[in-house]
Amino acid sequence: MTKQYFDRREFLKTTAAGAFVAGAGAALPSLAFAQGARIKVGLMLPYTGTFAPLGVAIENGFRLALTESGGKFGGREIEFSKVDDESEPSKATDNVNRLVNRDKVDVVIGTVHSGVAAGMIRVTREAGVLHMIPNAGLSQATGVLCAPNIIRTSFSNWQPGYGMGVALSKRKNVKNVVTIAWRYAAGEESVKGFKDGYLKGGGAIAKELWLPFPNVEFQALLTEIASGKPDAVYAFFAGGGAAKFLKDYAQAGLNKSIPLVGPGFLTDGVLEAVGGAAQGVETSLHYADDLNFKRDKEFRLAYAKTYKLQPDVYAVQGYDTGLLLAAGLKAVNGDVSRKKELIAAMEKITVNSPRGNWHLSKAHNPVQDMYLRKVVGVENKYGGVAVKALDDDPSVMAQCKMG
Amino acid sequence: MKPERLLIAALLAVAAVLIVLPLFAEKFYVQLFAKNLILAILAMSLDLLIGYAGLVSFGHAAFYGVAGYALALFAPQNHAANFWTSFPLAVGASAVLALAIGFFVLRTHGIYFIMVTLAFAQMLFSLFFDTKIAGGSDGIYIDVRPVARIGDWQPFDLDNFVHVYYLALFFLALVYVLLRTVLRSPFGRVLAGIRVNERRMRSLGYATFRYKLVCFVIAGAIAGVAGYLAAVQFGVVNPEMLGWHLSASVMMMVILGGMGTLLGPALGAAIWMLLELGFQGLPQAGGTDLGKHWQLFMGGFIVLATLFLPRGIAGIAGMLRRPRETPHE
Amino acid sequence: MRPAAQCRRFCFVDFHTFLIQLLNGVQYGLLLFLVSSGLTLVFGIMGVINIAHGSFYMIGAYLAWSLAGALGSFWIALPVGIVLTAAFGFLLEMLLVRKLYARDHLYQVLLTYGLMLVFEETRSILWGDDVRGVQIPQLLSASIALTDTLSYPVYRLWISAVCLLVAALMYWVMQKTRVGMMIRAGVFNREMAQSLGIDMHLLSRMVFAAGITLAGLAGMIAAPTSAVFPGMGNQVLILCFVVIVIGGMGSVKGAMVASLLIGLVDTFGKVVHLEIGGLKLLPELSSMAVYILMAAILLWRPEGIFGRKA
Repeated sequence: MTKQYFDRREFLKTTAAGAFVAGAGAALPSLAFAQGARIKVGLMLPYTGTFAPLGVAIENGFRLALTESGGKFGGREIEFSKVDDESEPSKATDNVNRLVNRDKVDVVIGTVHSGVAAGMIRVTREAGVLHMIPNAGLSQATGVLCAPNIIRTSFSNWQPGYGMGVALSKRKNVKNVVTIAWRYAAGEESVKGFKDGYLKGGGAIAKELWLPFPNVEFQALLTEIASGKPDAVYAFFAGGGAAKFLKDYAQAGLNKSIPLVGPGFLTDGVLEAVGGAAQGVETSLHYADDLNFKRDKEFRLAYAKTYKLQPDVYAVQGYDTGLLLAAGLKAVNGDVSRKKELIAAMEKITVNSPRGNWHLSKAHNPVQDMYLRKVVGVENKYGGVAVKALDDDPSVMAQCKMG
Repeated sequence: MKPERLLIAALLAVAAVLIVLPLFAEKFYVQLFAKNLILAILAMSLDLLIGYAGLVSFGHAAFYGVAGYALALFAPQNHAANFWTSFPLAVGASAVLALAIGFFVLRTHGIYFIMVTLAFAQMLFSLFFDTKIAGGSDGIYIDVRPVARIGDWQPFDLDNFVHVYYLALFFLALVYVLLRTVLRSPFGRVLAGIRVNERRMRSLGYATFRYKLVCFVIAGAIAGVAGYLAAVQFGVVNPEMLGWHLSASVMMMVILGGMGTLLGPALGAAIWMLLELGFQGLPQAGGTDLGKHWQLFMGGFIVLATLFLPRGIAGIAGMLRRPRETPHE
Repeated sequence: MRPAAQCRRFCFVDFHTFLIQLLNGVQYGLLLFLVSSGLTLVFGIMGVINIAHGSFYMIGAYLAWSLAGALGSFWIALPVGIVLTAAFGFLLEMLLVRKLYARDHLYQVLLTYGLMLVFEETRSILWGDDVRGVQIPQLLSASIALTDTLSYPVYRLWISAVCLLVAALMYWVMQKTRVGMMIRAGVFNREMAQSLGIDMHLLSRMVFAAGITLAGLAGMIAAPTSAVFPGMGNQVLILCFVVIVIGGMGSVKGAMVASLLIGLVDTFGKVVHLEIGGLKLLPELSSMAVYILMAAILLWRPEGIFGRKA
């Protein structure tokens, strides 16, 4: 390399480096956020991808609760900050960091995917910011990683699985079951819940089939299931994957001879898309489309009027998040900085929800009834209570060391 | 002598800023810069392969991710690993993997080499993504960061984001010095010869396969250093760290900064991150959130850069001053 | 017939299931052939590696969804989609791809990678990021009962038929027509073919357009059975690379053999139980099976089964 060549490149390099430093310098000063009268709520939800409809429903439900509360919680208005988490666990910490450290929100609400939530709670635990989980059922959030500032208003993955397992365990003619699910935290915990509930009745799990998330190539495994001829199949999928599974299951003719069961996510929000393919599928969830509670009827009417859509369990969870936050903020007169009292208030109340009444467990997970539902038409019709006032997986709760 | 003085002065200025940064910058930005420094280390290691040995490896991120996973798997669940044991272990894992993969892939040349490096990286990706070895697609978390203690002496605390920043800066400097030494040595000269004409080197009696393999391992080990630091920084490791998107991004950093120079890729990493942030911060326009689609602009930038800036940013100077061929090739 | 619960080691439950899984594997392999044949041809003729190839598979699927929706019929959407994709390929080659011939592989890889990002995001802007579905056309929506529990969708059989038809067509074109002869000459030695008066520019353009149309067609016909989602191009691209590494660059025959091999290995890998020394290998590590196959082939023949030695 001649010296001239050397210095031309270096000259440009240094200029660029200088520009870089200057630019970075401009970005450095912390943006002072005026405290103002508004409470900052950071929504980290999937707005794209297979879980997008769920993210939208959750936000809709939350906003409905806000509207019904006169647009204010605890007398203060809400300012929203939104981040699309794309259901990508690898971007989880970056995304939540933006909300917590850069935008400095007062409350974080999110998310749907358990793997993403895993990243979120690690950051929010450390930061101490109030974090409300409107869906992700990962056991750690109210288990080994529980914390006073982490509150879940939805379910733990184990609960619906347990409900379904208990329901099946009572049926004498169901002696062996095949489970199939995505191999990720939510899928594994759901299957464990099912096993915990089902195996008590003396039946057996013939096989456990797994697929990587969010793979939807079911063909080989459906063939496997058919050849094994189990008495029932327990499947955990959600969103677009659930729709495809239901369709493929029917296409392979399995729906005629092998009953399909699952947690409610298998059939919630997808029945319009799958048409008749899901008829007769039984699921267990903390919600059904035709509960006879007055509160639920009011909610469904208001939701349909506002959004021109039928609500589902995700909308209810978003709504309940709003209800719980409202109650907590009311108790502290809107002062978010009084976190301990805020949380204490939330721990005490019984939420009068469209799903029925529920309250937070010691680990901050809902203690609620699990209903049995059956698909008729495009609805998940209520078929009785599978388990009443269900708490969480005992082995998980034992790991929560909170106050 | 003046241009050289200018250069040294500029580099010193940059170094000075980097050194005092944590004193006046916010946590978010210190962490951002630290991330940048770590990527710079990764980019420099790839430059060793692409720019100096002429080995276009499309799966380099695999060695970065493996080190992170090595730490995550080695670290006990509820208490801290020891930095002094886990760090060599992680870097060693990357080096051993590079040895194993290099053994296979260095049998191929040209486009085959590019494709098989990609395919092997994908294999590792699928190992971590699809199986239960480590958390699958959710990734795994290092809940308790390693502790750098020997007896009673603890030189730095990895829970402190400022310490992590300085550690990254230290390693960047160390890697730079190391690479400079290696490249100026006879070994480095042989590598340069292999890049220009491997057949000729072989006819001169050099066991080129071995040289390439050693180079591959060194690059893999350095990528492992970056991977370990990245895992420590945010306490999370996921399969994307082995993914080909990261590999492609690092390749772009090397090209952008100017391959075959040592600090070029470090600059390229900085530019890349700036671009990413810049594009992500784009406002709404005509109903579409441009910032959300930042990859469109990144992609467009890559296309334009490869068409018009083959020598990287440093090449702009060459094109502006005089349109004469630089002797790099 | 042993119930599934008793199946521990390498075993099949019964012959019927084995045959059906064989069918699954072949169908998967044939679709993979359709996508990868285009990539290997493009590389063989033009020496250009196209990272954006997988995007055309994805574009094909989204085209099927949007055209079927707009035009009301899957059958009309197919030819329209094919024509659109071919035209786009023609244009793309003229504007950008031809600039890659003189460049070395690194730049080809990066430029086409950049293109891939552009395509992905444009698709995101135009058609959104949601998971979509395409209805299986009424004509093919039945299922054939194979056993007392399992039926096989007719549509999947149709997909395999289309792939076989295309493969036969390609064979005929390559072996029995003048164009095919020119292509084969170009693959063998581009400069020599050029000097013999073959217009390599036009030929390259046609081959490129054909290559990505094949990928787009694969996406279109696969759309009703696999979901239409943003990441589908990425997944298929990596597999295409594995096909080419195993089959040999530029060899369509190699692409067919490799695709079928991969389809079978992947399908059986998911359902077979294999334990060696207490270590559970299958189906736990099924997704690695394909790559291990590739590594094995690399050890044996680094240039691929039907590849030419570099």
